[in-house]
Amino acid sequence: MDRHPLTAERPRGRQHRWATARTDQRVELTLGALAVAALVLIGAMLITVLIKAWPSFAHNGLGWFGPGGDVETQLRAMGEGKALPGHSIFYFRAWPLIWGTILTTGSAVLIALVVSTLAAVFLTEFAPAGVRRVLDPVIRLLAGVPSVIYGLIGILVIAPYIDDHLLSTARRESVSYVVQLSGADVMTASLVLTVMIMPIMVAISAGALASVPASWREGSLALGANRWRTIWRVSLRTARPAIVAATVLATARALGEAVMLAMLGGGRGFAPNLLDGVTALFEPVRPLAATIFQNSEGLTIAPLAHTVYAIGAVLLVSAAMLSLAGWAAKQQFKRYGLRG
Amino acid sequence: MSTTGLAPSPPSGSAIARPPRERTSSWPLVDRIAYGLCWAVGIGLCLIALAIVLFMLVKGISYLRPGLLVQSPAPSIQQSESGGFLDPIVGTLIVAVLGVAIAAPVGIAIAVWLSEYRRPSLLARVVESAIEMIAGVPSVVLAIFGLLIFSQRFLGFLSETDAGGAVSGKSFFAAGTVMSLLALPLVVGATREGLAQLPDRMREASYALGRTRATTARRVLLPAIRPEIASGTALGLGRIIGDTAIITIVLGLTLTNEAVGHVPLIGTLRGSGSTLTSYIYTNSPAGEGSAPQKAYAAAFVLLLIVIALNGVVTWLTGRGEAPRGGILSRAFRLIPYMPDPSR
Repeated sequence: MDRHPLTAERPRGRQHRWATARTDQRVELTLGALAVAALVLIGAMLITVLIKAWPSFAHNGLGWFGPGGDVETQLRAMGEGKALPGHSIFYFRAWPLIWGTILTTGSAVLIALVVSTLAAVFLTEFAPAGVRRVLDPVIRLLAGVPSVIYGLIGILVIAPYIDDHLLSTARRESVSYVVQLSGADVMTASLVLTVMIMPIMVAISAGALASVPASWREGSLALGANRWRTIWRVSLRTARPAIVAATVLATARALGEAVMLAMLGGGRGFAPNLLDGVTALFEPVRPLAATIFQNSEGLTIAPLAHTVYAIGAVLLVSAAMLSLAGWAAKQQFKRYGLRG
Repeated sequence: MSTTGLAPSPPSGSAIARPPRERTSSWPLVDRIAYGLCWAVGIGLCLIALAIVLFMLVKGISYLRPGLLVQSPAPSIQQSESGGFLDPIVGTLIVAVLGVAIAAPVGIAIAVWLSEYRRPSLLARVVESAIEMIAGVPSVVLAIFGLLIFSQRFLGFLSETDAGGAVSGKSFFAAGTVMSLLALPLVVGATREGLAQLPDRMREASYALGRTRATTARRVLLPAIRPEIASGTALGLGRIIGDTAIITIVLGLTLTNEAVGHVPLIGTLRGSGSTLTSYIYTNSPAGEGSAPQKAYAAAFVLLLIVIALNGVVTWLTGRGEAPRGGILSRAFRLIPYMPDPSR
């Protein structure tokens, strides 16, 4: 009588307030209104950020996305309110930032895709129960460590190490006419970013692998395939849509990471030149999100603010499209009647 | 609670598909390499986590002094005179409380509507993807959006208005509200995950007693999934505490927590301040004040809070029956911070 959740509450007192059909309707309306508020919020965010961003896009046209000049000089000019000679105050060419985003996000997601798939397979198939009990909280911890701590360790440990031991004088001098190498570079940033996005990918992939019906794998095993072949041909094949969804979500995560990349990327809007070969790995980078973060103090200055919001609009639209893509990928997985 | 509670659950899939001793020595070389790589990755992840925790532990023990926890920061270039981080700790607390106070009720309400009512269903679908989208928006974009909203003149009472009538938009109120958006998808996701696991017979029995859906949700369903709600909230709390971008942009990054006006509590909430994350950032070589020892000490405190929160989530989700599938912990499934649209 007093334990079961259905009968624990005696039908008296406050409960009457919830009991009639009219209040039920009212509750439904209230909850529904809150849910719609979330929708309105996303809509308002898109609209206000786009409106605020419009002057920057309008002045630059499609050239906004292209290369042209030093993006750092352009941002500084806007911050100081002095237009660059021969250009309007809004003159802005975001290509170095976009290229930086593509480089960091792309390399981090590619590495994480391989590593996290292996980790998910290990977690669900090979790890002994004891190891799994350790790995599960370890991955959750890696997911929970704040990005500023990753950034702190990176800038106080990894960057000085690269600066002292891996950067030769010849390498520094080979690019000294465009940029100074400091150890905070695209390679460190991408590697740390990989660690940061991996937990999401492992979680989704492992969840999908765990929900592959045992009978499907047993069928393969009974046909004489060894365990790896079974995983490769049956489990991973079934989980492929979920792995795609994981990749998409991780891309969104990497795209939005600002703080760690602002700390570890060298803090300079520079497009690492792949023609420099290995040296490109050591060149500084600053993706879009990190640029917003580092210019946040200039949000009271109108032209700079419009530009920063324009960067934000690009990120917002990319994030929205990625989230749609992730949703579509998940639908695929549901086709098998599984949940990932 | 769920269906597995009644009958002894069948041996989980992994137990069958995992022949006790299949020797890998009979496998082709490629397969053996892949097997080895799996182990290497698993061990590697453990080593990375261990390295982070040990490194922060060593640095924390060598630089953290009890005095740091009770002193306010002071403007000084000397690390010995720049004070402690009392204000950032208080700031973290305020932002966390504000964020969760908004995100938890709203998140639960949205989750209940999505799982129990969902009429019209098209609207529910759209709301679902809106929540997913909120989860996917970079926090730095949330921050500049929040700043835009809170610097509107009619919201001036929530932050500081300068002599010229411009609203700064930077305050604990603003930061807490924007932060709640970080936690919201997690609360919604965890609550829906919990509701999805409840068997329909619980709902049906309650309806049969003549209860409305509202009563059923309030009195039967929500009490049954308290651990899920709590773990979603704790994970959201972790995200709030760990965020730097929103603090930097919407809280104003002042050294100490500056009150606006003379009303004690409200004044602080209207004022700007800093939190542990922004304190770490400003004291790192990337910020202006380069005081790595202070940054390490604060980062150690922050990491301890994060680990403690992780422990709370493990404890919350560990109780009750073993999770479905039996392989991964339930908290593990919440890592992606995404609502689960499985219903």
